[in-house]
Amino acid sequence: MSKERDKGMSLIVKTITRLTVGLIFLYGAYIVAHGHLSPGGGFAGGVIISLSFVHLMLAYGKEEAFKKLSQAGASLFENLGAIIFLTIALIGFIGGYFFLNLISKGTPFRLYSSGIIPLCNIAICLKVGAGLFAIFIALVLLKFDVEKKK
Amino acid sequence: MIETSQIIPLFVAIPLGGAFLTSLTSKKLNWLADILGIGATIVLFILSLVSVRLVYLHSILIYEVGAWKPPIGIVMVMDGLTSFMLVTVNLVAFLIACYSINYMEKFTSKWSFYTLFLLMLAGMNGVIVTGDLFNLFVFLEIAAIASYALVAFGTEKHELEAAFKYAIMGSIGSLFILLGIAFLYAYTSTLNMADMANVLKEKGISNTVIMISVLFLMGFGFKSALVPFHAWLPDAHPSAPAPISAMLSGVLIKSLGIYALCRIVFNVIGITTPISNILMFLGALSMVVGVFLAIGQWDFKRLLAYHSISQIGYVVLGIGIGTPLGILGGLFHLFNHSVFKSLLFLNSGAVEYSTGTRDLKEMGGLASKMPVTGSTSFIASMSIAGIPPFNGFWSKLIIIIAAVQASHYWYAFWAVLASILTLASFTKVMKYAFLGKLGEKWNQIKEVPGFMQLSMLLLALICLVGGLLVLPSVSEIFLRKASDALLQGVDYASTILSGI
Amino acid sequence: MIPYLLCLILFCEGLYCVLRKRNLIKIIIGVMIMDYAVNLFFVLIAYKMNGRAPILSPDTTIMNMVDPLPHALVLTSIVIGLATTALFIAIAIRIYQKYGTYDITKIKELKG
Repeated sequence: MSKERDKGMSLIVKTITRLTVGLIFLYGAYIVAHGHLSPGGGFAGGVIISLSFVHLMLAYGKEEAFKKLSQAGASLFENLGAIIFLTIALIGFIGGYFFLNLISKGTPFRLYSSGIIPLCNIAICLKVGAGLFAIFIALVLLKFDVEKKK
Repeated sequence: MIETSQIIPLFVAIPLGGAFLTSLTSKKLNWLADILGIGATIVLFILSLVSVRLVYLHSILIYEVGAWKPPIGIVMVMDGLTSFMLVTVNLVAFLIACYSINYMEKFTSKWSFYTLFLLMLAGMNGVIVTGDLFNLFVFLEIAAIASYALVAFGTEKHELEAAFKYAIMGSIGSLFILLGIAFLYAYTSTLNMADMANVLKEKGISNTVIMISVLFLMGFGFKSALVPFHAWLPDAHPSAPAPISAMLSGVLIKSLGIYALCRIVFNVIGITTPISNILMFLGALSMVVGVFLAIGQWDFKRLLAYHSISQIGYVVLGIGIGTPLGILGGLFHLFNHSVFKSLLFLNSGAVEYSTGTRDLKEMGGLASKMPVTGSTSFIASMSIAGIPPFNGFWSKLIIIIAAVQASHYWYAFWAVLASILTLASFTKVMKYAFLGKLGEKWNQIKEVPGFMQLSMLLLALICLVGGLLVLPSVSEIFLRKASDALLQGVDYASTILSGI
Repeated sequence: MIPYLLCLILFCEGLYCVLRKRNLIKIIIGVMIMDYAVNLFFVLIAYKMNGRAPILSPDTTIMNMVDPLPHALVLTSIVIGLATTALFIAIAIRIYQKYGTYDITKIKELKG
């Protein structure tokens, strides 16, 4: 029992986490993909995806979570999300205006519709998801001693 | 199909792209951060000079983001005041990026400095360029949060305490601005600044509009350190690293505070006598309180921070007078203050780089060992005190003449008094820091490295020739366009809505 | 009328918390309360009488919906509030490392 206490939480928590963390990720991806049809979109979906990684870290400890998404990987995804968003905005320059909705707009109310909005949602989801995970790591894992008062 | 108005979104896109590219690549390649920082700022500076020429030819440029027409879509507007502020911000940003190549060697992570610096620049450019009220709030928050992180950059004791104070007070100011925007949206049901001006002109001044102006005065007063709201500035500006102090004091409080306040009060709500009286009173109060508190300071950077409060009081006094000459003087003093205050902060950074101290009592006779720093500091001190023929003299003279012409004799008297006390304070600085006998422990110091000298020399050069901006042929294309944009008041709306 | 007044009273409570509490973390919570109050105010001004949620689906006709623009503005404002709060907490943790206390009456190195 003491060996399990060192790394993460108890057996019940670990089993339930193993079952649900993939479903949480899938639910976040669903909210991002349907962002132009129902409430949600990039930011809400990104928060849920980052919560799946935080859940993994809380239940199993930081080594297991870092195997899935390391600190360098989180930083890379964060910057990639922002650069993809900026590139999508600059591609509109070809059509003449910033952020122009260039791609064909399909039929309304279907999944493939409304131009660049789903791509923007995916870029924002990458940035917010990786960013919130990086904030969590920075706030929780930085350990240092209190400096003695002079 | 390159239309000329497509230059406008580049002012926001280039620093944003630079910031994220720096963050992506420069953890491994340290030299790339310098190149990206300098490259982005020099491109922006050249584009801002091009924009002055474009505004001279076309008199107003309008860009609809995403091809959505106003008042539904977001517009970006470039008129005389915009191009004036863009030149100010990007010039100072370029020279400070140049300076910080050498200065930031002492800190550990240079790439995060350049990322935050370019993000702050993107936010400031966005505030200046936009024509939509909530877009202004978003860019204001981007620049403000980047500056909170930059003040805490060194993570020493003083820097963290100052950053916390600055962050809490800054975010309370932003919340007041957001509350004002909420009330204004509920009253006029549109967010586009031009459309809002039209609706307010029809509906007239009511109690709601008065409350909204008070909320905006408080919010933007927090951001630009007018006197009842100035308490964060003497702690935040000295504690930041020297290029960031120069950036904060030189352009951030002007772009986020004074420019946004002027744009909303003059062009959206419409200037009235009570508001102009309040602006003049707050400006005069800032002038006097700032300079009285500055005389007793012995910390070099804290003294400069108090003088920032005082000089911003001059700008607000000039703009509050409301006559064409007053607004011209106020805007000219804004440009001059960016230049010489940045130069003063960069000098204090150079002194700290070489000697490691900021206390005036410990320094002495540094001019013999550090000639470039000493001479540029001398030029900047004479500019801020208002000695002819440097640029500070001309702008202060115009403000005092405008005050006398509008028969506000009392305000002119306070302006002259503050100027005399500024002169006294800076002779104290020069005497203790640079002239006199060289102290024993300073025998080994050297002049600062090359890039720092270059940026200080360029700023001093602009101080010397800045007075030429008042010549009629030059001021026609630069300063007068800016003051005309403010003076046309709520007719700004018809200029924009007819220009599409 | 009553919801708007209560919302502004919530804003003033947040302001009171920032002004009077001595612990750094409580000051941060005061700023968060003010943030929520302004967001709530934005959503309240969007309401129209007998309106329904502004979501369009293929089998409904458009008839009185509430104003959807402030909902988009509130989404942006919530993200800004999140970033600001994260930055405050990071600064507060570092202050505890350097000063050893969260009490603002003891964190007074900068004076004058």
